Amino acid sequence: MINPGHGRGPDSGTTAGGSNFDPFPANLRVLVVDDDPTCLMILERMLRTCLYRVTRCNRAEIALSLLRKNKNGFDIVISDVHMPDMDGFKLLEHVGLEMDLPVIMMSADDSKSVVLKGVTHGAVDYLIKPVRIEALKNIWQHVVRKKRNDWNVSEHSGGSIEDTGGDRDRQQQQREDADNNSSSINEGNWRSSRKRKEEEVDEQGDDKEDTSSLKKPRVVWSVELHQQFVAAVNQLGVDKAVPKKILEMMNVPGLTRENVASHLQKYRIYLRRLGGVSQHQGNMNHSFMTGQDQSFGHLSSLNGFDLAVAGQLPAQSLAQFQAAGLGRPTLTKPGLSVSPLVDQRTIFNFENPKIRFGDGQGPMMNNGNKQMNLLHGVPTGMEPKQFAGSHMRVQQQMTGVRPGQNVQSSGMMLPVADQLPRGGPSMLPSLGQQPILSSSASRRSDLTGAVAVRNSIPETNSRVLPTTHSVFNNFPSDLPRNSFPLKSAPGISVPVSASYQEEVNSSDAKGGSSAATAATAGFGNPSYDIFNDFPQHQQHNNNISNKLNDWDLRNMGLAFSSNQDAAAATAAFSSSSSTQRKRWETDATVVAEHGQNIQPPSRNLNHLNHVYMDGGSVRVKSERVAETMTCPPANTLFEEQYNQEDLMSAFLKQEGIPPVDNEFDFDGYSIDNIPV
Amino acid sequence: MQRQVALIKQSLFDQGYLDEQFMELEELQDDANPNFVEEVSALYFKDSARLINNIDQALERGSFDFNRLDSYMHQFKGSSTSIGASKVKAECTTFREYCRAGNAEGCLRTFQQLKKEHSTLRKKLEHYFQLARQAGPKETARRPK
Repeated sequence: MINPGHGRGPDSGTTAGGSNFDPFPANLRVLVVDDDPTCLMILERMLRTCLYRVTRCNRAEIALSLLRKNKNGFDIVISDVHMPDMDGFKLLEHVGLEMDLPVIMMSADDSKSVVLKGVTHGAVDYLIKPVRIEALKNIWQHVVRKKRNDWNVSEHSGGSIEDTGGDRDRQQQQREDADNNSSSINEGNWRSSRKRKEEEVDEQGDDKEDTSSLKKPRVVWSVELHQQFVAAVNQLGVDKAVPKKILEMMNVPGLTRENVASHLQKYRIYLRRLGGVSQHQGNMNHSFMTGQDQSFGHLSSLNGFDLAVAGQLPAQSLAQFQAAGLGRPTLTKPGLSVSPLVDQRTIFNFENPKIRFGDGQGPMMNNGNKQMNLLHGVPTGMEPKQFAGSHMRVQQQMTGVRPGQNVQSSGMMLPVADQLPRGGPSMLPSLGQQPILSSSASRRSDLTGAVAVRNSIPETNSRVLPTTHSVFNNFPSDLPRNSFPLKSAPGISVPVSASYQEEVNSSDAKGGSSAATAATAGFGNPSYDIFNDFPQHQQHNNNISNKLNDWDLRNMGLAFSSNQDAAAATAAFSSSSSTQRKRWETDATVVAEHGQNIQPPSRNLNHLNHVYMDGGSVRVKSERVAETMTCPPANTLFEEQYNQEDLMSAFLKQEGIPPVDNEFDFDGYSIDNIPV
Repeated sequence: MQRQVALIKQSLFDQGYLDEQFMELEELQDDANPNFVEEVSALYFKDSARLINNIDQALERGSFDFNRLDSYMHQFKGSSTSIGASKVKAECTTFREYCRAGNAEGCLRTFQQLKKEHSTLRKKLEHYFQLARQAGPKETARRPK
């Protein structure tokens, strides 16, 4: 074991041992967070004695912003459990989801329940106060372990059967089926998923250098990226999402399967956690990110609910974080801190830095309007590009799904959407539009969240982070409402949409999109509000969006088949309402035909739906939806983010669709309404 | 002089005012940080005074929001533990138990006791540090590595 060379005594320690002196683990960069100044001082002293480089902070929010600003600036985080401004577990989740760093919890409270909570939230260790220096001396092991695991994951990441063409179909189907073969995630067997990864080893090759190297390139899951991720996951269906497919859908250069896998793993955990704590609004536990591996199984409860939970993060805080993280000015609207997203330092910078969604989350999610909500949850960190990518996927999915799929399946994209009744984080990160689809903002948030999740998992490297990152937590508080489309996210496999749709359809329809957002939000950076940005269609959205949300989500699912991106979008949308879905499907298909013109985000949701149909347009839809959902300001942002022409076109297409859109009442969405 | 300081310190331990944690802190002290323990103590007393104030106010209000009181006390306990103030810590534990039981009377009584212990410890430590400074840095015994 490497000993810094001096336990007590002069700080320098460098002189110790001469040739025997092993500098490792000296200079480990530790961030310690505790509101108690006495403890903080003592800990800092102890850590310095261990030759670590310590940064201390007494507020969790400050810590988060520090982490976001310096994505690779820290190796490990130590945090107290009880803090006035934010629950330590929430911080834990955020860190896990966004930064994928090992987090150690500590507290004077040694009750089993609290310790267990630490474990479930993904803390790598739990220290009881008073903390002794001996305990701190060994924290480096967590850093090494994590890197090793990430490396391993990447090595074996070839496995997911994401490329199964059946993804889309799967999306439509119930989550439970089909997932198994194609997405390892379904199995929830992390190990097996690992094996699948082997097939994609080539991808990872670049990721993992020698295991011993601690400096593994870390993917920064910006909000946009996360949103993309979430969108992709939603599209594929949370349970069915496999890293490979997600990766494909996201289409982010430089992102490897491992990155996605590890992010997915976290996301799933997060979703799961959300499912379990419906009342955790805005709980930003990143844990769900761990879903990267196919062990999506964990995230069974991802359904929108998770996202919703994730979305709980008050939009404001999210926005703040986003802003902080991204260095962007915080959007006035708490929920819409999209801009921060744009700024991402992440690798995957989108061209459109703004993460519109970022902000929308808070407010959006809950209302019917909140289409965008999905995005709100999306961490701002997601680069627009990434997001767009995910949107695309979503859209594609939607389109794919549409044809012939029952609306239900279309919800795949944002299965969450459904689930996220509240328009929680719209899973459709890319969709931005999500809200459009399901009038209920809640849906959207799901989508966004979901999408966000997807996007933001650039760092697949970590193998299924054990830390449960409540990605969704990042999401603005709206999450809970949304049918957190993330459901599919857990498995965030590419085929997200499929599963999502189901969920989306069913209950939340509204929140569908938000779920996506939520998902995204969770992962990436604060710009979870990807979906939030959607507000463009606010006006429509109100009614339509709700419907749309559901609808969108559904559509997303539909779109899947045709086009991953589109599907994703659809999924996001479809979440809005099951009934709507059906109709939407038709719509979506119709839209798809249209051609993807990228219309201004403000298209009514209907358009969005259609948009989803198309592959490219799908994205647009999501955007729109998101915007319509509730975040008015977000619209534009969102749109920009996605910038993806596809999205726009998708959206545009929608608009092109005859009036049906507007009056499209997603709830009672009947296919015949869709003007083709 | 140094022996006197050592004796005082020993008595603090013997009487249960301080526990092992205090010794841990002392070990963190070195040439580069010669007054670490004193600094931490000062910080502790400053912060805990603030907490005591908050609790006082909360108790005076008479509303007895046990959750809030418990939360304050948890904080208090955390810092007291970190510095090794064992008697104070014990009172914190008792207080929290009363809180959980919803026993307002018990809380009030315990709190008075806690304040007393806190102030006693403060005086003793101040005295100790003063002497220690006078005696010179050597008196801070380091646990052999």
